[in-house]
Amino acid sequence: MVPDAAAADEEKCLADGMGRLQHNAFYMHRALDSNNLKDALRYAGQMLSELRTSSLTPHKYYELYMRAFDELRKVEMFFMEETKRGTYSVTDLYELVQHAANILPRLYLLCTVGSVYIKSKEAPAKDVLKDLVEMCRGIQHPVRGLFLRSYLSQISRDKLPDIGSGFEGGANTVNDAIEFVLQNFTEMNKLWVRMQYQGPIGEKAKRGKERSELRDLVGKNLHVLSQLEGVDLDMYKETVLPRILEQVVNCKDELAQHYLMDCIIQVFPDEYHLQTLETLLSAFPQLQPTVDIKMVLSLLMDRLSNYAVSTTEVLPEFLQAEAFAKLNSAVGEVIEAQVDMPISGAITLYVSLLTFTLRIHPDRLDYIDQILGACVQRLSGKTKLEDSKATKQIIALLSAPLEKYKDISTALNLPNYPRVMDHLDNATNKVMSAIIIQNIMKNNTCISTADKVDTLFELIKGLVKDTDEAQDDELDEEDFKEEQNSVARLIHMLRTDDAEEMFKIISTVRKHILLGGPKRLAFTVPPLVFSALKLLRHLQNHDGDVNGQEVSVTQKKIFQLLHQTIEALSSVPSSELALRLYLQCAEAANDCGLEPVSYEFLTQAFILYEEEMADSKVQVTAIHLIIGTLQRMNVFGIENRDTLTHKATGYSAKLLKKTDQCRAVYACSHLFWVNEQDGVKDGERVLLCLKRALRIANAAQQMNATRGGNGHVTLFIEMLNKYLYFLEKGSPQITSSAIHDLIELIRTEIQRDNTTSDSSANAFFSSTLRYIEFHKQKGGTVSENYEQIKV
Amino acid sequence: MVLVLAIGDLHIPHRAPDLPAKFKSMLVPGKIQHILCTGNLCIKEVHDYLKSLSPDLHITRGEYDEDVRNPENKTLTIGQFKLGLCHGHQIVPWGDLDSLAMLQRQLDVDILVTGHTHQFKAYKHEGGVVINPGSATGAYSSITYDVNPSFVLMDIDGLRVVVYVYELIDGEVKVDKIDFKKTATTQSAH
Repeated sequence: MVPDAAAADEEKCLADGMGRLQHNAFYMHRALDSNNLKDALRYAGQMLSELRTSSLTPHKYYELYMRAFDELRKVEMFFMEETKRGTYSVTDLYELVQHAANILPRLYLLCTVGSVYIKSKEAPAKDVLKDLVEMCRGIQHPVRGLFLRSYLSQISRDKLPDIGSGFEGGANTVNDAIEFVLQNFTEMNKLWVRMQYQGPIGEKAKRGKERSELRDLVGKNLHVLSQLEGVDLDMYKETVLPRILEQVVNCKDELAQHYLMDCIIQVFPDEYHLQTLETLLSAFPQLQPTVDIKMVLSLLMDRLSNYAVSTTEVLPEFLQAEAFAKLNSAVGEVIEAQVDMPISGAITLYVSLLTFTLRIHPDRLDYIDQILGACVQRLSGKTKLEDSKATKQIIALLSAPLEKYKDISTALNLPNYPRVMDHLDNATNKVMSAIIIQNIMKNNTCISTADKVDTLFELIKGLVKDTDEAQDDELDEEDFKEEQNSVARLIHMLRTDDAEEMFKIISTVRKHILLGGPKRLAFTVPPLVFSALKLLRHLQNHDGDVNGQEVSVTQKKIFQLLHQTIEALSSVPSSELALRLYLQCAEAANDCGLEPVSYEFLTQAFILYEEEMADSKVQVTAIHLIIGTLQRMNVFGIENRDTLTHKATGYSAKLLKKTDQCRAVYACSHLFWVNEQDGVKDGERVLLCLKRALRIANAAQQMNATRGGNGHVTLFIEMLNKYLYFLEKGSPQITSSAIHDLIELIRTEIQRDNTTSDSSANAFFSSTLRYIEFHKQKGGTVSENYEQIKV
Repeated sequence: MVLVLAIGDLHIPHRAPDLPAKFKSMLVPGKIQHILCTGNLCIKEVHDYLKSLSPDLHITRGEYDEDVRNPENKTLTIGQFKLGLCHGHQIVPWGDLDSLAMLQRQLDVDILVTGHTHQFKAYKHEGGVVINPGSATGAYSSITYDVNPSFVLMDIDGLRVVVYVYELIDGEVKVDKIDFKKTATTQSAH
């Protein structure tokens, strides 16, 4: 039949059944209302006959069943009233309903009376229940039988002789209740399994689906058991669990086994599972090989993990129950037994086990390492993972210890941790490396030994090393920058106060970043350089503590390392950055009193300037950096200093634009005047520089005049300010007349350019004049110099 | 009351991994009207972070900045004050207050905000005020030993500016404040 046609047929069938059911129900009610028990029972029987159908799927049968169920409630109420009134005794009713023509309606009615019987307490609950559960054997058709027994279960639920139920006492004990439920469960499971073998072989999938729809009917029994007060830990351990497991194992049905194991774990308290762990786990190997045990096992471990977290007082119980050992061997057995398990499945199991162990035994690093080791074994012999589900699980596996322990040193100490990472392909390694770095930054962890640094860089090699050219090209530029910047930030977390160890750390980091290829060096070299410079400072500060000789040797070693590291930038090439770093090193060497080292660094900076910097803007910044650095250096002897200042001034004068030349040259004037106590104060050379700058300013002015543009008055005002600066410092070569001439020159230029008045130049000039006025009035030696300036 | 944040020389990630946590928790978006950043952030992420604190962000170029498009110096007016911004590596000798005063006269501003030395300074001279917010991350400097992380918050109110300096010393944030008043003329503060 075509599916749609079949479905339509089924709908019709259901509709017809419902119709007849309601029809009979109507007459039944009429009979009940007129106290005609005989007729009522007759109609009830007819009504219930609808449930004898074989042509409905479970889903549709359920609808019919529910209707009948509702009607039977009313019948039950009628029975209740009649027995109270005394019209009929319960035993009478019990007898009467058995006259129904067919067995199924008969049994439904019997159960209904049974309910009343138990409530009346005229007979012990256990006897009635026993009777009913055995009589239901009369129905061996799976669907019909399941619903019938489900009905029995539903109506008996509140009448079980449980502790404190009111139905206990005398012959009735909770054991009877348990026995009843177990029996019902066992029979229902048998029926359920039997469904698998009904019908044509080709409809196996359909049957599977139908069975799934009915599973909760079977599972309900376990739920009932879990709710019984009388089922305490001992009862569960001795009786309930063994009986359930017996049925689960013996039924040899994949669907039932999976569902029921799942059910057991979910329905009974975690405390019980902990105490019956061995029994529970021993069932696993006995299950059908096709059952997805890993899911069930994972579920169990996850539940136990959560249990441990929610109530920390129970942790000792876990230890007592030897939970880890049992679960560990169970996991091992399962993986071994199921040869075809995909790698992602095995890893999932290990993730659950690891989560469990991290919660219960966080201090047992050997357990953690053991689990990782088992993973390594599973992964070895295979090519690098490409299965995305498996990689996700591995990332979860590796991230778990990081989150738990916060301090990455713990993870670094696990021998198997890096071995697991070795099996990751490049892309996954990068993801994991990013997680590791994030963990370090978030927890502000300091990695303080060279060995740990080495291990760490081995772990994150996906980010640091140049492994596969092809892969790097694919990476988005923004992402790459972000990646490398995170490595740069990481480098600052690698530090210790022990100078010797710190040097080892720096050397280790250097070793790794030099394998990074030109694209990475521009990001990773600067933080390393500054780490080394900080170490140099540290050594300087602690000069008194250590033997002076030793310190000097270490310093030289560090400078050597710095030199070689910055040199590597030439492969990028990154000359602007290299120049800046050389200048930083030169200053640092100056502070350590190492003249030749400092000279060497400055030489390198100059070479880069000469050979690599063609862009004029770049040159201007670079020359100012050189001048600024040189101005602060006091370690040089006269000869060296002369060479360097000569070079600096020379390059300043050779800049492209006249304005840039002028500014650079007057900046050089400061090279010859240092405000410190023992600083050079060569007034003559200062004046030479200023005069040279002034000549350049004049030339610039003339060039501009021919062009007809507005003046470079500003340059002259700047010059004026510089003259005033050195006048104030007390340089004898600066004369007040020179200043006076400059002021006049500026005035003339401003007047000449009045048509295109440069208001900023005017403001600059005015404030400079105010400055002079202020100092005139200030008094003191300086003021005398100012006195003579005629404004 | 107008709040202006003066901050700079973070040198992330070359010299420091991040702003100190205590500073981060103090710098809340929406409270600051303007930001003057002296430069040397150095990367885009820091720029984006500052932008999130206040939409009116002004930056001048530091010699290590990734973004080379920022200007060498900038001027702007906030309330009654004219402010100038310049990183400071361009002014030799570095950190020399007289030379910085010259730049201040050249830019014709009441307050000059400058950096590079990683050392907090608030210096008043006849031509105005020079403020150096220091390094917000306490980054290494060849000029200053033992740098403490610091930044400055200016509260501009009419002709008065109160300069609050926040410094992280031994794990604790210490605040200091300095008052400056401008005379009610169009000329620079005296």
